[in-house]
Amino acid sequence: MSAGEGAAAVAGRYETVIGLEVHVELATKSKMFCGCPTDFGAPPNTQVCPVCLALPGALPVPNEQAITYALRASLSLECRIDPGCRWDRKNYHYPDLPKGYQITQYARPLAREGCLRFTAADGQERSVRIRRLHMEEDTGKSTHEGMPGGTTGVDLNRAGVPLIEIVSEPDLRSPEDARLYLQALRTLLLYTGVSDVRMEEGSLRCDANVSLRPEGSEEFGALVEVKNMNSFRSVQRALEYEAARQAAALDAGERIVRETRHWDERRGITFSSRSKEEAHDYRYFPEPDLGPSALSEGFIEAVRAGLPELPAARLARYAALGLTPYDAGVLVADPPLADYFDRMLAAGAAPREGVALLTVELLGRLNAAGVAISDPRCRVRPEQLADLQRLVGAGTISGKVAKTVLEEMLASGEDAQTVVARQGLQQISDTGAIAKAVAEAVAAHPQSAADYRAGKRQALGFLVGQVMKATRGKANPSLVNQLLEDALREG
Amino acid sequence: MWDWPAHRIHRALAAGEVSAVEVATAVLDRCDAAEGLIGAYVHRRERAEVLADAAAVDEALRRREPLQPLGGVPVAIKDNLSTTGMPTTCGSRILAGYVPPYDAAVVERLVGQGAVALGKTNMDEFAMGSSTEHSATGPTRNPWDLERVPGGSSGGSAAAVAAGTATLALGSDTGGSIRQPAAFCGVVGLKPTYGRVSRYGLVAYASSLDQVGPLCRDVRDAALVLGAIAGGDRRDATAHPGALPDYESALRPDCRGLRLGVPREFLAEGVAPEVRAAVAAAVDLLGELGAEVEECSLPTVSYALDAYYVIAPAEASSNLARYDGVRYGLRAGGGGDYAGVFARTRGEGFGPEVRRRIMLGTYALSAGYYDQYYGKAQRARTLLCREFDAALARYDALVTPTTPTPAFGLREKTADPLQMYMSDVCTVPVNLVGLPALSLPCGFVSGLPVGLQLIGRAFDEETVLRIGYAYEQAADLGRRRPPVAAMGAGA
Ligand SMILES: [Zn+2]
Repeated sequence: MSAGEGAAAVAGRYETVIGLEVHVELATKSKMFCGCPTDFGAPPNTQVCPVCLALPGALPVPNEQAITYALRASLSLECRIDPGCRWDRKNYHYPDLPKGYQITQYARPLAREGCLRFTAADGQERSVRIRRLHMEEDTGKSTHEGMPGGTTGVDLNRAGVPLIEIVSEPDLRSPEDARLYLQALRTLLLYTGVSDVRMEEGSLRCDANVSLRPEGSEEFGALVEVKNMNSFRSVQRALEYEAARQAAALDAGERIVRETRHWDERRGITFSSRSKEEAHDYRYFPEPDLGPSALSEGFIEAVRAGLPELPAARLARYAALGLTPYDAGVLVADPPLADYFDRMLAAGAAPREGVALLTVELLGRLNAAGVAISDPRCRVRPEQLADLQRLVGAGTISGKVAKTVLEEMLASGEDAQTVVARQGLQQISDTGAIAKAVAEAVAAHPQSAADYRAGKRQALGFLVGQVMKATRGKANPSLVNQLLEDALREG
Repeated sequence: MWDWPAHRIHRALAAGEVSAVEVATAVLDRCDAAEGLIGAYVHRRERAEVLADAAAVDEALRRREPLQPLGGVPVAIKDNLSTTGMPTTCGSRILAGYVPPYDAAVVERLVGQGAVALGKTNMDEFAMGSSTEHSATGPTRNPWDLERVPGGSSGGSAAAVAAGTATLALGSDTGGSIRQPAAFCGVVGLKPTYGRVSRYGLVAYASSLDQVGPLCRDVRDAALVLGAIAGGDRRDATAHPGALPDYESALRPDCRGLRLGVPREFLAEGVAPEVRAAVAAAVDLLGELGAEVEECSLPTVSYALDAYYVIAPAEASSNLARYDGVRYGLRAGGGGDYAGVFARTRGEGFGPEVRRRIMLGTYALSAGYYDQYYGKAQRARTLLCREFDAALARYDALVTPTTPTPAFGLREKTADPLQMYMSDVCTVPVNLVGLPALSLPCGFVSGLPVGLQLIGRAFDEETVLRIGYAYEQAADLGRRRPPVAAMGAGA
């Protein structure tokens, strides 16, 4: 059974209930409890110190930057902050967990009771409650690669990298919504600048709790935890598969077992991991090496005041400017693009025409060249693109010529005005000059003129094209239309 | 010279009467003579290394550089304080051969002042014990009676100071581990307020209770050492920042204007009548020195030992999880998977008392038992803090015996852990409430020293040092030397 068939099997009979636990790596320069750098890709065990190696006698010291980042994320998710939040130890034994415990927040997380809103595929706004957001440290990595036969290597470069865990309430009702929630969360975290949220690189990791219940039922079914999903798409696929698997089991009269299952991307299935994990007793207790936090009102408010405009507010602002929901969505999902657009607005660009010039013309060309909007190789600054749009808006050049001008701007880095002036591309709005070209075109193509008069209105398009060609595209198109119609009516 | 206090060495060095090399030579000779009887050290530095350090102090003096208070003073360091260049084994097989790549904050500060390190002193394994019999390298003997224990867990440090094989020593105190051996060996021991001295580099036993402090010849030396090692440390989040008083200048020969409380619970049955009598005489003398003395009550103290034996093992079970044979210390042979190597390493590496406390602590933190044990113990601790706060709002300090009996015999209590635990009944409550306490000799019973404990307000070490100094000057017990002093080389 494929995931797609599965969705059909679930629809109408069962309701899918999903809650997500998302781990996000914070983009701090140093680790959560020591000064070691967090850079990726260093040789194994080179970014370590007594603290993250868990040498006897070493002590953790919280990273202020990480706390600030976690607070930004919490506030942007509209959470209630606990100024007296506390650190706890989660005890378990694993080779890549050097202290034998992970420092996390269990009883008193940094934040609770937040909310994330996103627009679903049906165009409706969904609101998912955030149960809690807490800080913790990452573990190291065990590896068999390059190790002599049968042995395991431990790399502690990642041990102690700061993470936040964001736990949603089971408010999601479809695998697609789960994917959209994650994408909205990613956008939000990009806005707050706390993480580079790259799911493929593991800086955003997602586990899902899935259960089914008969349509209309209020009670929750047995929870299955699904792990090992490595992309937004695989989250949706895995959850579709899992919902369908559970539906088939329920249909067959089976009971769903509470368990952890792993997603196999290649085979497109989830499988029971049968690990002893479920039997774990983590023996949480308050971390005695770190006192309770005392986040001051002033500190929290300063972080709140430092938050940028968040996606929801930006969407609302774009909607008020008359942008289509689609255009607004494209911009908001890509913070550098939206920033670019905001600079165009500040430079006087008309919003709706500006967004077309940006997302269709400029972005189309950049994508083709494999250049990002924030890349210095993009030689057109927002202010220059705004100028180009204003030349079109003022009728100085036509929309068609604007494309040519943009090509030239991209190649040379010159202003629109410079290109237009140098190449003589100003639009011809002189009635006499256009009338002459119109007369010539009508004279040169009598058959077309006759067709038009006979009622074939599409013949007009051909004649317009001839006039534009004769004027090298510079003629004002509406004037050409008008004068051609007049000429044909007269003739 | 080997029995001089540090402040006398300082005066003599500053006056040019002796050289640091002469002082070090005297103490090294004394070590050679007495160490075979006492067994205070688990590791001694090479004579040449020690003399080279002393010569550097002399050289600095010749260059007319200022002599720091502890410059040229020969010191011993408890084996749970991390030292570069010397093994740090905590009296355990599991850390056999481990040489830390960094110095503990207190070692850094002491050596930074020019103190001359002699070696590492014996202790109960991971500081769990009250007799220094739970050491992988065998017991240390009490210089006052070689058939008796020196107390513990800082028994090596106390015995070294008493026997003259070190001028002063660093110890650690989790439930009495500085004060109880100080009392048994007739020396002065100070447990500073929790947070007064950085724990960075102190191998953790119970993190919320552990504190580093000095064992010395007299109270003035204790004031000198505290001044050298105290203060904030950005590597220990529980270390208290802020300015330090000049402890030495707080010393005065009287107790005028001070109110002292004598809590009756510390003199209850179980305290030897001779100890009670010695403490009563000391209290009378403090009255003569101008203190206003009153009996008082701290009823919750009777629950302190129970609470301690839940909290300390709970924290220990987590703190000792890092000894897995992966990164340092012992790794059991035989190969196999992580769980197997882990279990064998710990089975071979830890002694019975450590294993007992790890099991106790693991149990106390387990799901279903947490509230009943750990939670309840923490509530008792909170009550105890309130009681001490109330008492110390009335009194400037509290006066109690340090131990219920003088030093007991070797092997007398090893078979009965509960009897052993009772020997800390007067010291454990102080760690639970985090207050400073000083132990100093207050008399002899059958040739064995008795200790007087002075408990002060948080971060007010000055007052207990002042009272201790006034008492010490008036009682004049300082001339009495242990019989072992007559053995070996004299000065
Ligand atoms: Zn580190």
